[in-house]
Amino acid sequence: MTEKAKPRTPIESGVPDGMQYMHPVYLKNFGNWKYHDRPRPGVLHHVAKSGDEVWTVRVGTHRQLGPYEIDLLCDIVDKYADGFVRFTIRSNMEVSVTDESKVAPLIQAFNDAGYPVGGTGNSITMISHTQGWLHCDIPATDAAGVVKSLMDELHDEFISEQMPNRVHITTSCCQINCGGQGDIAINIQHTKPPKINHDLVANACERPSVVARCPVAAIRPAIVNGKPSLEIDEKKCICCGACFPPCPPMQINDPEHSKLAVWVGGKNSNARSKPMFHKLVAAGIPNNPPRWIEAKDVVMQILHAYKKDARDWERMGDWVERIGWPRFFELTELPFTKFHVDTWRGARHTLNASTHIRF
Amino acid sequence: MAQPKNPEKHCTYIPPESEKKSSKPMYDTPMLDQLVDGPWPSFVSGLKRLAMNNNMMVDLMGQLEHSYNTRLGYWKGGTVSIFGYGGGIIPRFTELMGDDGEPMFPEAREFHTVRVMPPAGMHYSTDLIRKFSSTWQKYGSGMIAFHGQSGDIMFIGTDTDNIQGFFDEVNEYGFDLGGAGPAVRTSMSCVGAARCEHSCTNEQKVQRLLVNNFLDDMHRPALPYKFKFKVSGCSNDCVNSIQRADMAIIGTWRDDMKVDQGEVKAFIKSKSRKYVIDNIISRCPTNALSLNDDDTLSVDNRNCVRCMHCINVMTKALSPGDDRGVTVLMGGKRTLKIGDTMGTVIVPFMKLESDEDYDALKEIAENTIDFWAENALEHERCGEMIDRIGLVNFLEGIEIDVDPNMINHPRISSYVRMDTWDEEVDKWNQRKAAV
Ligand code: SF4
Ligand code: SF4
Ligand code: SF4
Ligand code: SF4
Repeated sequence: MTEKAKPRTPIESGVPDGMQYMHPVYLKNFGNWKYHDRPRPGVLHHVAKSGDEVWTVRVGTHRQLGPYEIDLLCDIVDKYADGFVRFTIRSNMEVSVTDESKVAPLIQAFNDAGYPVGGTGNSITMISHTQGWLHCDIPATDAAGVVKSLMDELHDEFISEQMPNRVHITTSCCQINCGGQGDIAINIQHTKPPKINHDLVANACERPSVVARCPVAAIRPAIVNGKPSLEIDEKKCICCGACFPPCPPMQINDPEHSKLAVWVGGKNSNARSKPMFHKLVAAGIPNNPPRWIEAKDVVMQILHAYKKDARDWERMGDWVERIGWPRFFELTELPFTKFHVDTWRGARHTLNASTHIRF
Repeated sequence: MAQPKNPEKHCTYIPPESEKKSSKPMYDTPMLDQLVDGPWPSFVSGLKRLAMNNNMMVDLMGQLEHSYNTRLGYWKGGTVSIFGYGGGIIPRFTELMGDDGEPMFPEAREFHTVRVMPPAGMHYSTDLIRKFSSTWQKYGSGMIAFHGQSGDIMFIGTDTDNIQGFFDEVNEYGFDLGGAGPAVRTSMSCVGAARCEHSCTNEQKVQRLLVNNFLDDMHRPALPYKFKFKVSGCSNDCVNSIQRADMAIIGTWRDDMKVDQGEVKAFIKSKSRKYVIDNIISRCPTNALSLNDDDTLSVDNRNCVRCMHCINVMTKALSPGDDRGVTVLMGGKRTLKIGDTMGTVIVPFMKLESDEDYDALKEIAENTIDFWAENALEHERCGEMIDRIGLVNFLEGIEIDVDPNMINHPRISSYVRMDTWDEEVDKWNQRKAAV
């Protein structure tokens, strides 16, 4: 018990060296790989300059893992592979073997346990997901549920490589957008200003920093019912929710008016075109648990048009740049509204200042 | 879906009632139950198995089901930390109270997350994953997310009393907390040199060098806002660094790319000339490729912008050159508050071979964080500060010279005062002479 009294000083060891947990064939050929190919969807085959070969099986997971699935998956990796795992940034597991004959039994073992093998090349890989109602303090929707619903629908596209190029989908449960840019991004879009719980503002919020947080200067300090509080110029408010994290009484989340919006054409890679931001294509979509059917329908509409019309190697954003936005709205049958025209700073640069028009 | 061969070894498995270890009965969760079926592994089955283990997860499911019904979240933040650190824990307290003012789901009244930095490159042995799992079962809910969007292993669900014990145990076996709040954050690097032929730098080394140099700024949050490093081995940028990092380090090369003409011919033979013209030659963003009549490939290396496209398509025939290094970009971030920004070029090319090279990179990071910490407004990301003060003022602050690689095109507005033009021309000439 006396030991408990003096706290232990942390060892500030920082980022651990990855080398110590790496597959030996990675370690041996570190920085000396020659080329790769994809023998089948879900499998990467890398050849080193030394002549060593490694086959990597990519497995979709549900990101939040408990002891049961950790044992289940690790047992497979120990029995059918070499005991090493790497995670991609989209929560896929990568399991490598140096013996080609081990690939098929390994895939079979994952499939037998209910885990899909895929997510490579021109497939739709796992959606990058955020925290949602499970753990975040500001979400207007869930993350894991949206991802599960969509991945059920996209399972066949995960396990095959049939898209023009890779498709990265992201979800975000508030406008902070932890999910980031995506070929398709499904994000919360609030449509009504926050309702202020004036009783709590004085205790819970540092008013000047809340005022400073608003991107359109719509918040000002005010005295309400004799207590210091805040008020919002509702004509100015763009319903972004930025005031909510520093001041929870600025209640932005609303079961009805917090909607989903879909954005298209974000791209992080520099291949061909420079990196691109995603652009708004649809909004006003109900936030409808447990399966978010309306959002799923919009996503499927976009994917069908892309799959049918885009050329090999064209990412969603490359495709739209080639065919133009009018054709995008035509092919996807999504309505074009005044809200698609940008109003934020730099908006002028988003207008068509030319006679380049497709007929 | 087909019946599992062995239902006890399947992601849909729910243990029988007789094996239930948690004492609280499970709640009815008709909403969540609709997410059990379907071909993708279900997180709800996972939650149910966890709820069979402990009461915290029974109540967590109760609260989550409630969220699904009301379409509202019920967590609020707070202050929880371990001894010696100010960050790395994401505290969560329930706000969902019954009529009596007590939590409706009391066993999950506290449900904190511990952010732990994974090994660089996210490599694990199964032993290590199992070790994490058994430690977390001892101190928390058992639920681990691989990984959060910042790249942390997220140990989700424990109470204040168990945080220190958990940290001490994982810290003893070599792991440290990640960042949260106004701090240097957990970083990510791509698989790169470990298994990717496109890699032009030692991604893990860069990641560890930079983050481990700023552990004080990570563990004791006192910066204007968050600061993220991300490292990709080539411009495919598999860790999304340009759009998600305050400082992005991306591998590249400056000599000629390598062409194996025999493999070019083999590729044409296997695919067709038309395929190569339509998918490679005509897709080069700078028209730097030309297919010769004898089915060899010419590359205009002076105009190749190292976009990686042709190399991605012909992985056997083409590869990066030998004179490798990195490009550094700064200022990427998502919407809040001025709108999305991408990182922009700050260092077009630097070698990363000798210790001095790595020191130079470290110094750029140090100068940047120092200047930003001094000059940023509260809650202002580095990219927003650059936007507010202008790139040139930022460059002067971190003592880096202007370079035409930093811009898409020169200014178009004539509204600028230029009475020191001659001095600036002298500087340019001196720099040119020095090279
Ligand atoms: S997107 Fe918003 S609500 Fe979702 S996890 Fe990130 S900060 Fe939380
Ligand atoms: S929701 Fe956004 S725009 Fe509206 S008051 Fe809050 S911060 Fe300002
Ligand atoms: S960023 Fe480049 S080097 Fe790194 S894993 Fe991706 S393709 Fe390979
Ligand atoms: S890497 Fe990109 S820019 Fe360079 S030749 Fe290939 S396609 Fe063209």
